[in-house]
Amino acid sequence: MSEGFSPERRPRRAAFVIAAGLAGLAALILVDAAGLKQDGGYAGVGPADVPRIVAYGLLGLAVMTVVSGLRGDLPRPPRQAPAPVLWILGGLVAQLALLHVVGFVISGALLFGMTARGFGQRPLWKAVAVGLVLSLVIYGVFDRLLKLNLPGGPLELLIFRG
Amino acid sequence: MESFSLLMQGLSTALDPVILLYALIGVTLGTAVGVLPGIGPALTVALLLPVTYGLDPAGSLIMFAGIYYGGMYGGSTTSILLNTPGESASIVTAIEGNQMARQGRGGPALATAAIGSFVAGLIATLLLAFLAPQVVKLALTLGPREYFALMVLAFVTVSATFGDSSLRGLTSLFIGLALACVGIDGLTGAARLTYGVPQLMDGIETTTLAVALFAIGEALAVAAIREPPDGMHRVRGSVKMTGEDWRRSWKAWLRGTFIGFPIGSMPAGGADVASFLSYAAERKLTKHPEEFGKGAIEGVAGPEAANNAAAAGTLVPLLTLGLPTTATAAIMLAGFQQFGLQPGPLLFVMNAELVWGLIASLLIANVMLVVLNLPLIGLWIKLLSIPRPWLYGGILLFATLGTIGVNASPVELGMLILFGVMGYGMRLYGYPVAPVVVGLILGPMAEQQLRRALAIAQGDWTTLVSTPVSATLLGISAVFLVVPMLMRLRGRGQVLSQVAGDAD
Repeated sequence: MSEGFSPERRPRRAAFVIAAGLAGLAALILVDAAGLKQDGGYAGVGPADVPRIVAYGLLGLAVMTVVSGLRGDLPRPPRQAPAPVLWILGGLVAQLALLHVVGFVISGALLFGMTARGFGQRPLWKAVAVGLVLSLVIYGVFDRLLKLNLPGGPLELLIFRG
Repeated sequence: MESFSLLMQGLSTALDPVILLYALIGVTLGTAVGVLPGIGPALTVALLLPVTYGLDPAGSLIMFAGIYYGGMYGGSTTSILLNTPGESASIVTAIEGNQMARQGRGGPALATAAIGSFVAGLIATLLLAFLAPQVVKLALTLGPREYFALMVLAFVTVSATFGDSSLRGLTSLFIGLALACVGIDGLTGAARLTYGVPQLMDGIETTTLAVALFAIGEALAVAAIREPPDGMHRVRGSVKMTGEDWRRSWKAWLRGTFIGFPIGSMPAGGADVASFLSYAAERKLTKHPEEFGKGAIEGVAGPEAANNAAAAGTLVPLLTLGLPTTATAAIMLAGFQQFGLQPGPLLFVMNAELVWGLIASLLIANVMLVVLNLPLIGLWIKLLSIPRPWLYGGILLFATLGTIGVNASPVELGMLILFGVMGYGMRLYGYPVAPVVVGLILGPMAEQQLRRALAIAQGDWTTLVSTPVSATLLGISAVFLVVPMLMRLRGRGQVLSQVAGDAD
């Protein structure tokens, strides 16, 4: 949740970064569209045309974002604390990397624990322990009862199939 | 009377004990999750979608309907007791409701919200049942160009009309449209924007995007701010409303319903617009103007009713035209699509039993909610006091569960993280997230209709404005795009930004 307009009207660097991102996205689309076979049929509009229209729209929006950035017309976010964000992202990346190695329960426990740590819960091992119990319950309910196919690891084998 | 007999048939489907159980589970889960601070109906629906994967289509959609109504309901509890509403549509409820709670009148505030939601839900669902067959008849006469024009209108209202900047709203929409291009082109089978990654062939999952933007983006934004959370207000005394409360509430409920339903059923903004207008109407009509801003019960009763009536109203374009007008509706559309069902006029013909069972279940879910919520209010309040580390840990675990359950590939989880970071950035700089979700799901549909219309007209673009209906719809879209821009230029934009919400 961000604050409203800031009364300051200095140029905003963030607006230029956003505009660059939009232009980059447009470039990705245009490069891809150039490689598509143009097959418009009766419509005269093929698979590459709508992406092109979207890309031109993005370019136009990028230009307007630069203009509004020069006028300082972008909300100014409050000071951000980087550590909690990194804890949560770390938890997500850990889950992504470990999911197929240690299974849903352990990787989920890590995600839970690191997120809780990001929100100020200490010590980390206690948060992970709570996460372990919770993800065991979720695995039991969703994989066993609701037939969702969650990747299992050694722990799941031990508890649910052993 | 055709609707009536169909509705009766639907009721006989919905009264099946197993289906009743599904509706009950849906309503309970929806309320429980919707009550959690920071979780609006869109996220409730996205988080709970995996719960329904294993069921048959009828059971799943009916549970889903319960989740939707329950989520709407739960949000009002949060906004009355905490001053951080979980859903944008409840922001208005929070103005008066929170004041009432501060004065120890939280009980009657919760009661008028609950009963008002019930009254509005009941009337609006009946209106939906009687209106839907008419709209279906109308919809069958529409061709591709009219559908395209309708979708353009939905794009404009969801992105540019409300909020504090058309530029940022349109930017969000175009990001959604760009993401919508990823995958196999529906008409020619060409693979677009996949860059050789096979997992991208199927396109980007709506639920992955919605969960990432709403849950992960929100969690990151909340974690980074670290402001002390607002204290919760104890509910003292009874939840009973006095005679005076009833007298002041019932007219507000009815007015709210009749403001909310039409707004919800037109592609013109969602529940947040409706509740805002209802609040404005109540403030104008009240006999107690001095109480407004200090806890006027009409200010809770009207907007809550409008909010729920609009939620039922959005089902009209969703079910009859396949047109989602809010992020919540977009996720519900994804719920239909997982079973290969495409909402629209044909659904009423091909799956009549399912549609009418669904509508009847909404009526039943509504009754369940009022029966469940008044006695269980103490339990929901306990949910509000879950410490934030556990709450957000659980939200993230659930958020990834849905993605892992459908497709446990690293690419899918990577997209979840990427869009989560994008959602965080968008929150920081005031970009609304709902247009991205609507753009993603509506983009390919609009493209198909456009290309079909052009194919019929042999590539003549003037075909888009060649019928009165399509020309009028595109004209209204242009007005909705330009007028708000002029209003903002003249410094009258505050009204529009107040109406805006990012959770709906």
